[in-house]
This record gives sequence, C-alpha cells and structure tokens, in this order.
Amino acid sequence: MTRRLEGKVAFITGAARGQGRSHAVRLAEEGADIIAVDLCGDLAEVPYPLGTAGDLAETVSQVETLGRRIVARQADVRDQPSLDAAVAEGVARLGRLDIVCANAGVNKPAPMLEMTEPTWLDIVDVDLSGVWRTCKAAIPYLLAGGSGGAIVLTSSAAGLKGYANIAHYTAAKHGVVGLMKTLAQELAPHRIRVNTVNPTQVDTPMIMNESMYKLFCPALDAPNREDFAPVSQAMNALPIPWVDARDVSNAVLFLASDEGRYITGVALPVDAGVLIK
Amino acid sequence: MTGRVEGKVAFITGAARGQGRSHAVRLAQEGADIIAVDHCGDIDTTNYPMATEADLAETVRLVEALDRRIVASHADVRDVGSLKTAVDAGVAELGRLDIVSANAGILSNGQSHELSEDTWGQMIDINLSGVWRTAKVAIPHLIAGGRGGSIVLTSSVAGLRSYNGVSHYVSAKHGVVGLMKTLAQELAQYSIRVNTVNPTQVDTAMIQNESMYRLFSPDIAEPTREDFGRASGATILLPIEWAESIDVSNAVLFLASDEARYITGVALPVDGGALLL
Repeated sequence: MTRRLEGKVAFITGAARGQGRSHAVRLAEEGADIIAVDLCGDLAEVPYPLGTAGDLAETVSQVETLGRRIVARQADVRDQPSLDAAVAEGVARLGRLDIVCANAGVNKPAPMLEMTEPTWLDIVDVDLSGVWRTCKAAIPYLLAGGSGGAIVLTSSAAGLKGYANIAHYTAAKHGVVGLMKTLAQELAPHRIRVNTVNPTQVDTPMIMNESMYKLFCPALDAPNREDFAPVSQAMNALPIPWVDARDVSNAVLFLASDEGRYITGVALPVDAGVLIK
Repeated sequence: MTGRVEGKVAFITGAARGQGRSHAVRLAQEGADIIAVDHCGDIDTTNYPMATEADLAETVRLVEALDRRIVASHADVRDVGSLKTAVDAGVAELGRLDIVSANAGILSNGQSHELSEDTWGQMIDINLSGVWRTAKVAIPHLIAGGRGGSIVLTSSVAGLRSYNGVSHYVSAKHGVVGLMKTLAQELAQYSIRVNTVNPTQVDTAMIQNESMYRLFSPDIAEPTREDFGRASGATILLPIEWAESIDVSNAVLFLASDEARYITGVALPVDGGALLL
C-alpha cells in the first residue's frame, strides 16, 4: 500500500518536541521528508522551559529511524531571516516543498489587568506573527513547485471561543483563523490549500506545567497533573482530560494528504467536543 | 498494513449509488463490513431518477469484490420501521455496529414562496427527519456495543450558508448540523462521536441532471454538463468544477476512523473553499 505522503517534503516549526515532533514523526511514517525548526531556547516571558537542542536532535533521530531524511535547524519564528534560511537550506537539500505546519506556539496565563505589555507582545509575536512569517518563508517554494500544496496552521479551540486569563493567546489564535481564511483565498488559484487545526488541551509541556495547573485549579496551593485532569476533562464533552499530540498529528496528516485535496479554508477542531459542550 | 477501519461495521443509507456507494467501497477498502440500505425507488417531488435495485446490487458486488461482507436491503428513511428492520438484521448478521453514515438525500428547487407543501415536506422528511431516524435506529446498537462509535451525518455547504432557490434543502441541511451538535452532546458520555461532512457540489446524479443545470445556468436555453461545470466552478474557490464522491468518502473515513477518536461536534466542509466565497 502506498503511503499517504510518499515523496513529499514538510516544513514544521516548533519541531523539537510536543506536537511539532509528533507531526514530524507522523508525516515521516507516511513517507514525507522533514524540514524541522525550533527556537531551542527559552523565552523571558514564557514561564516554562521550551524545547532544547537535545530535543530537536531526538526529533531528528526519530525521523531518521523511519528511514526518512530530515534537515533540522535552529530558527526563531520572530526572526524572518532565520526562517528563510532554514527553508532555503531544507528545500536545497530535500528538493521540494509540499506541506507547511506552522506549529510553534507559547502561552503564559495572566488575567487581563495583570498582563504586561511585554507578555502580550511576545505571545502575539510568536503565536500569530510567527505563523505569518512561517508562511511568508514557505509560500514562494510552494508556488515555485507548481504542484499545489497544503498549509496547516495550528490554531486552538481558543481560536474559535474565548477563554479567561489568556487574552493574548485567544486573540492570537483567533487571528490565525483569520489569516488562514485569507491565505486560502489568495492561494486557491495555485491549488495550495490552507486550513487550521484547533485542538483542545494537548498533553505537552505547554500545558503540563505549574502556571497552567494554577490557571485551571486556582483554589489549590500547588496543583499537579492529577489535580488538572478532572478540571480539564470537565471542559471536554468526551470523557477524556486532554488529547495526545498524535491526535492532532492525524488531523494534520489528513489535511496535508491528497485525501484532503478539496478541503481549504477550514478550521478543524480536534477538541473532544469542547466547542459543543 | 491494517485497514483504518479494520473489523468494524458501518451502516450507510442511500448506498445504492453516488456518495453512499463510494462510502461503502472506501470503508470496505479499509477493512469494514457494510450494512447498506437504499429506497431504490423514485420520489415524486424530484426531477431526476432515484437509484434502482440494480444500483444497489452493484454496490454489493463492489464491496464483495474487496472481500468484505455486506448486508443490503431496501429501506426508506421516511419509514423508521424499515430502517430498524435493516439495521437490526445487519447487526445480527455482521455481529456489531461501529460507524453510521446518514447519507441518503434528495434535491429539488424552487423559490421559497413557490414550493408546494409536498416539495417542502418531502425534503424535510428525507434530508432532515430521515437523518434523525437513521441515527435513532442505529444508536442503541452503538451503545450496546460499549466500544463507542462514530456517526457521520451528510450535511452540505448549504448546511452552513444559504443558496438561492433551495430554501427547503438549506433548511434541512442546517438542521442536520444542529442535530449533529445535540447528538454529539448526548452521546459523548458513551464515547460515540458525531460529526457532519459538508460538501460542495459533488459529481453525482443528484446534481448532474437537467433540473440542476437550469438552476445554475438560468440564462442558457439548454444548459449542458459543461455549462454547469463553469457555473458550479464559479461557486468554488479552488480551480475545480465540483468535488468527487471519493473526496467526501475520504472525509467520512477520517471521521469514522480512530485517527479522529477525539473529534466530535464538528462540521467538516469538503467544499474547495466555497464557504470563503
């Protein structure tokens, strides 16, 4: 049986760990080669450790174990030249570009009135403008390839409904949905499709950290993962506390593959029913 | 490689031809056995012939050629007794039920104030109430199975936006989206997921007929398939004239499979970006 992405190349941001690594591995399982970037460093405004160079090396190892090629580079979605250089080198080595996963994202919960301007700006810069920069770096190669393409932007359930205490994240993720719709219009004549995935809580370090536990369990002094689980589950319609990165990757795979060849402009929730709860 | 719905059983209405047959074949390719029903008879408010017994027999042949089992019978989505008989017999023979595809639907047209009571009533009875009846007879089997399940209701782009001249169809297909959301809430506790697919024009007998050609090309005396292609394509963002049944089937397969195990309450357009126009 032919694999679902045989011979294609995918560019993935935030690929050192979490959903980004999961996307790299899932797409590679289906035959894609990978261009992986990650900041591989912490951000002053983000209250949990980000992916490291060691994490990115582990992504490389997992993709290569599948017999696929991967070009991994350190790049910052706040810095256009770093993205441009990574994509250029990746395409030069792997020969083409078909799929873009604008996945890199961060969060720092804070009530609106306690949210500082640096915090607001950093979250919006990474989660919204970073997605735009990722597309800006990649689209010329999709156009030059002349065989269409699929761009999957990582939004969130917070891109479709409001959540208290993450105004910046909610605004940025809503912005990603708007960006997706405009890109879908602009790129349709070239058969380049643009969609978002909109996950509920995903079991990754972005939510499995003390600041998020406190956001979800404000009455507890030192809440942990076990305290977080029932609170998180109460938000979902399905009886689960969170989804796995793999579930988002499967949605990305579907949208990226030719099985989704006529799907564009769509925000696809992977949200355990959080939006209809 | 294991099929994506290996060992599962799917109940499909309107399975004699068009999208329903395509769903049966696609799910069977991925390892499912099929319970197929169709009315196999004409409807007096539509201007195109419905499927026949020979069509349903061809669906049986195609599924059996894939070495899957299929239990096919006549049933009318307006008659809950006929649906119950069919699904009960199918589950008795195939041993379980996991997937429901409420696909049967018709199309007619006319300005709202000129629709007859019969034309309005039959549309709602088949395209909306027929979907409810399909779910009603299937859900007890899904609950009894205790393994969760996936229900995919066939709505339409017309379930998410209006189209001039088909208010009964638009109303019914909007209703299907509402039904889906309530079913998703009610059934989440059983890990039964409920979603819709929302296609644009699909290349089937329901739209490839003179009545639809005239609706899309009112200024042409004898509109042809080619005229319709141009007019249809103008309603779609991607440079295509319509979608194929297989594109809808691939979306149904994704939603029905465990790859979408945490996707529920979602209306998934397969519309070439029609909603963005």
